[in-house]
Amino acid sequence: MKTFVGIDLGSTTTKAVLLDEECKVIGHGITNSRSNYATAAHVASQEAHVDGQFTLFRRALTDAHARIELDTFLGALERAFRLEQFLEQLDDLEQTCIGQIRGERFAKVESGVKDSLGEVFRRLRREAPELYAPGAKRKSDFFRDIAGSRYHTHAEEVAREANLPYDLLLNVYDKSIIEVENRPPTGKLSDKFRRALARVLTTEPSIKSAAADIQKMIDGALAVDLEETYLVGTGYGRVTLPFSKEHIRSEILCHGLGAHLMYPQTHTVLDIGGQDTKGIQIDADGIVTNFQMNDRCAAGCGRYLGYIADEMNMGLHELGPMAVKSDKPARINSTCTVFAGAELRDRLSLGEKREDILAGLHRAIILRAISIISRSGGVTNEFTFTGGVAKNEAAVRELRKVIQENYGEVTININPDSIYTGALGAAEFARRAHLGQADGSEQ
Amino acid sequence: MTTPTKFVTSRAPAKEVIKDASMVKQKEMMAAHYDRLTSAPETGDKVAATFVPGNLNELIMCFDLLNNLPEVNAIQNGLRRVSGSYVLEAEKIGHSEDVCTYVKSDIGMMAKGNIAPNGRKFPDPDVLLLSYTGCFTFMKWFELLREQYKCETIMLHTPYMGDGKITKNMIEYMVKQLKDEVIPALERVSEVKFDIDRLREYLKKSAKAEDDLVRVLQSAKAKPSPIDAYFGGIYYIGPIFGAFRGTQDAIDYYRFLREEVEDRLAKGQGPVTPDGDMGKEKYRLVVEGPPNYTSFRQFWKMFYDEGAVVVASSYTKVGGVYDFGFRHDPDKPLETLAEYCLGVYTNRNLPMRIDMLVNYVNEYEADGLLINSIKSCNSFSAGQLLMMREVEKRTGKPAAFVESDLVDPRYFSAANIKNRLESYFQMIDQKRAGADAAA
Amino acid sequence: MATPLNHSATADVVMRANALFEDLSFTSAREWKAAKSDRKVIGYMPIYVPREIIHAAGMLPLGIVGGGDQLEVIHGDAYYQSYICRIPRSTIELGVSGRLDFVDGMLFPSICDVIRNLSGMWKLMFPRVYSRYFDVPQNYRDDIGGNFYINELAEFRHDLGELRGKPITDDELRHSIAVYNENRRLVCDLYAFRAERPWQAPAAEVYLVVRAGLVLPVEEHSRMLRDYLAAARAEERPMRDNCRIVLTGMFCEQPPLNLIKSLELSGCYVVDDDLLLVTRWLTGGVEIEGDPLQNLSFAFLHHSESTAAKYEPNQKEKGQHLVRAVKRTAAEGVIFAAPSFCDPALLERPMLQRVLKQAGIPYIAFKYAENSGQMQPIREQAGTFADSIKLWSGAA
Repeated sequence: MKTFVGIDLGSTTTKAVLLDEECKVIGHGITNSRSNYATAAHVASQEAHVDGQFTLFRRALTDAHARIELDTFLGALERAFRLEQFLEQLDDLEQTCIGQIRGERFAKVESGVKDSLGEVFRRLRREAPELYAPGAKRKSDFFRDIAGSRYHTHAEEVAREANLPYDLLLNVYDKSIIEVENRPPTGKLSDKFRRALARVLTTEPSIKSAAADIQKMIDGALAVDLEETYLVGTGYGRVTLPFSKEHIRSEILCHGLGAHLMYPQTHTVLDIGGQDTKGIQIDADGIVTNFQMNDRCAAGCGRYLGYIADEMNMGLHELGPMAVKSDKPARINSTCTVFAGAELRDRLSLGEKREDILAGLHRAIILRAISIISRSGGVTNEFTFTGGVAKNEAAVRELRKVIQENYGEVTININPDSIYTGALGAAEFARRAHLGQADGSEQ
Repeated sequence: MTTPTKFVTSRAPAKEVIKDASMVKQKEMMAAHYDRLTSAPETGDKVAATFVPGNLNELIMCFDLLNNLPEVNAIQNGLRRVSGSYVLEAEKIGHSEDVCTYVKSDIGMMAKGNIAPNGRKFPDPDVLLLSYTGCFTFMKWFELLREQYKCETIMLHTPYMGDGKITKNMIEYMVKQLKDEVIPALERVSEVKFDIDRLREYLKKSAKAEDDLVRVLQSAKAKPSPIDAYFGGIYYIGPIFGAFRGTQDAIDYYRFLREEVEDRLAKGQGPVTPDGDMGKEKYRLVVEGPPNYTSFRQFWKMFYDEGAVVVASSYTKVGGVYDFGFRHDPDKPLETLAEYCLGVYTNRNLPMRIDMLVNYVNEYEADGLLINSIKSCNSFSAGQLLMMREVEKRTGKPAAFVESDLVDPRYFSAANIKNRLESYFQMIDQKRAGADAAA
Repeated sequence: MATPLNHSATADVVMRANALFEDLSFTSAREWKAAKSDRKVIGYMPIYVPREIIHAAGMLPLGIVGGGDQLEVIHGDAYYQSYICRIPRSTIELGVSGRLDFVDGMLFPSICDVIRNLSGMWKLMFPRVYSRYFDVPQNYRDDIGGNFYINELAEFRHDLGELRGKPITDDELRHSIAVYNENRRLVCDLYAFRAERPWQAPAAEVYLVVRAGLVLPVEEHSRMLRDYLAAARAEERPMRDNCRIVLTGMFCEQPPLNLIKSLELSGCYVVDDDLLLVTRWLTGGVEIEGDPLQNLSFAFLHHSESTAAKYEPNQKEKGQHLVRAVKRTAAEGVIFAAPSFCDPALLERPMLQRVLKQAGIPYIAFKYAENSGQMQPIREQAGTFADSIKLWSGAA
């Protein structure tokens, strides 16, 4: 089947969305942006394909009325698939590490290091299934985060046991991880799915009876070629996007179109990201009619909250919940990042409560954002709020208030998948481009 | 405040810059002017410093004075990439980071030896002709220079067109200032007696060159436009906004330029860019606001790489608005100078400026308005967001907004500007496609 | 110690003035207008307009000096880039939010390009309001700048006459000039009293009482000035070991009240300032006999305050007004406090500083915004300045 890929390269994460010919989302993918945009784009896209594959499985199994608990099965299959992916990348990491054992440093200990490395990876492989057991918590889904901390633990032990300097093992890892991370997984997806399915069929006795049916349906779904018909990229790193010009669309246009696809009635989109704030007006077809961004000064963007969190020695995600506790927000007039720290200390020293200051800060950010919206033409119809700050409950609460105060009753949409808004718009641009409308218009 | 005039400098560019013949000619004129200026100590010529908007070059010439324009010098310093260090120098000696960088570039340049683009020292001015037109900063600028040079300073106050019209009271006030203050003071400084017939002669010459300038600027109504009326336009306005209005040189230059442009027009050619002939014209824009000079070529490139050509701009009207009929009139010499000063772009109130931009978008069949908002220049910048809204509303064409500064390299963020420009161009594409689909 | 009775007398006046200051809906001016059906209100921005002409038309001149630190600015920010000062934003916010919906006219004096351009914005945004860029001459000869100004005043007088449906007579103007002469004299008395006994007229109180004159009818404001002055004279308050400073640069966008308070708390008595210049722009009385417009023009040309928005034709005179203010009030230093991005104040500052340096007058400088929330850096700077002045004078 034909699929259309939209990729949104952000400064921290890269998102991908896979659309089918009917403009239905069949897969989402996300990865860290790394230092290598080409890999990030590739990985995100592959993740979206994986997700798309699950959508196809679900469709196939649902259509066939398979006599199994669908969510349990698909959950198990996904864990098994992730495990397969993890093992494959471990293999890659091991080979790469071995390749790094060279030079003067290793002159006398080469074979010892090799053996120890072998032992470290044996242990990593042995415990891998636990990482993907039902209910297991992983601190991240990115390979470098999962593999890194476990490698360190095992390497330290093994080095001690083998009486080898630990830093030798650390050295080969450090030299290898970036390389591995920047090398997209090579194995065929369908092979990994088959291996994963085999694993599930052996470990999940409950579905044994339906094994043959399931095998057939999965094979059928895997046989469908998710052909990447057209791809469009967008995002903050657009200037260095690894695509040719006809495959690139402005992030603002993608964002507007993405919001339109999520909420066809929306006319106004606010995006508060880490680096910038965008106010976008779109027409009934999702075409951008006006956009405004914060000017040179980045006051009031997501990054501002980051500074505040650092200054208060809190996690970024803790700010919102604390601010919500306030019933008397402080009046804060400046969202200047440069002065944020000083203003905060001044207020704390005057005895103002943390939650009141935080509530005031959230309000200040929203006021600034709404003035950008006002600059772009105000709020005329449904309003859609996206970006990292849309996940912050205190910011959302203030936004509702300020919109109400200035524009009256307006529907405010916040989509849990809002992080994919830009990628969704890009995917739709890809679909339209393929339909022979390179200009991106609908008929 | 801001000024036009760009000319290629001695700094060797990375790649050979493509110039048309008029540009070469203009470069020679400018070089000759700088040589005359810097030779003043030897020739005994006296020097008047003044501003581009409200530049009374014809009057200055009546007293055999050389015209030195600090705004133009600041632009030179921007193009030669030395303005950044001058601005820092001025800030170091107590000038606020908040204020106009033309002023700071000028003051920093003085602090560092006052070296002209030809490498020789600028002469101290013998008189500061404070033609206070359309920009508050001018007044403080020359008060600052007066402190330094301790020379005679003449204020000519141009009232603002707050109600969008020139009144009899305004003209009388200005003529009276010219007669009773400006001219006597210039006579005193120069020791040359004022001859009104000499002024008439110069004014007659001005009008001639102005005719050709307008022809050149209006050639952009053609599709494709043979000129870029902003980046290229800045070259075209150099002589007439600077020290050449009222001279035979200016007449020759503008005739030459007109013929060159008419030739391109006849051949259906687009503008010449520093990288050669521009490709297919894809977008036609009207631009409001001055350019950035420290990254002038990089900024321009963002346009021509995308096939965007500027068909009209307000910046090419800061030293005089000629395309709605005004010409210097030798039959009423002092009144015409007053009218000229009153009419410069930044002395017009916001409704007038909006009318002009709307007119440009319509008359030049532009795809929309782009505003380059300059941190230094509140005269231009304050209110531009409302102007943008109004022009959009009245023309139905999309507008966009970017920010930079005249000669402060700290305020030019290439990635940021490029991002917005590209979004804007794609938005125009979308709108067109939408319109085509609806049609 | 102050007697309770006296104390409450100043406190009462200050409380009233503070209520007017905090009222961002201009209730008192609204009530004034509502009291009679044909009343009109004409707003004006800093630094100076001849309020006499508005008064002579039976209208209320209403000073609009921004929104202070209590107004949330949303739509105003939408019209301005980050490098433009605060006052036009909050003024637009006041307009867009309907807080000025009772104002029949707006005047935008010739102070800088931002306020100048705001005049055109107002025409576009509030087309039903009479709005005028109020130009003044930068030429100070009666036969040149004077004639221009008289004609401008005549045009304005004519416009207001049209607005009320009846021309303004010379006698009406003469009466208004007399009323404002009285008001100016009282403001000057208050300033003189504060310069003499600053501990009895704290800067924040003087500011509030003078500022009330922007929204009250002038007759009522003159009463308030008299009441405050009488009460302040009668009330003994403890004198602190503060130094005496002249404050300059605050002629347009207003500092937060907290900033003025902070200066005194950090050890600086304000003995002169350039706040709310409209109330004492014309120094000395305006002649009442004769042609009123000519008299207003004469006073403007020859007896008006020096400030950054004016051209100083005489290089030797540049900055001397500040030196004279320091001498007149026996001040020990000057504080340059300018709004961020204020072209006039910031371009003028280096010139004034050089003059002070030559005169051996110490100074410091900082910037603020009308909505500045942080006073700590200002307290620190002013405190250090006060300490250094004391040390310096002690050593001398």
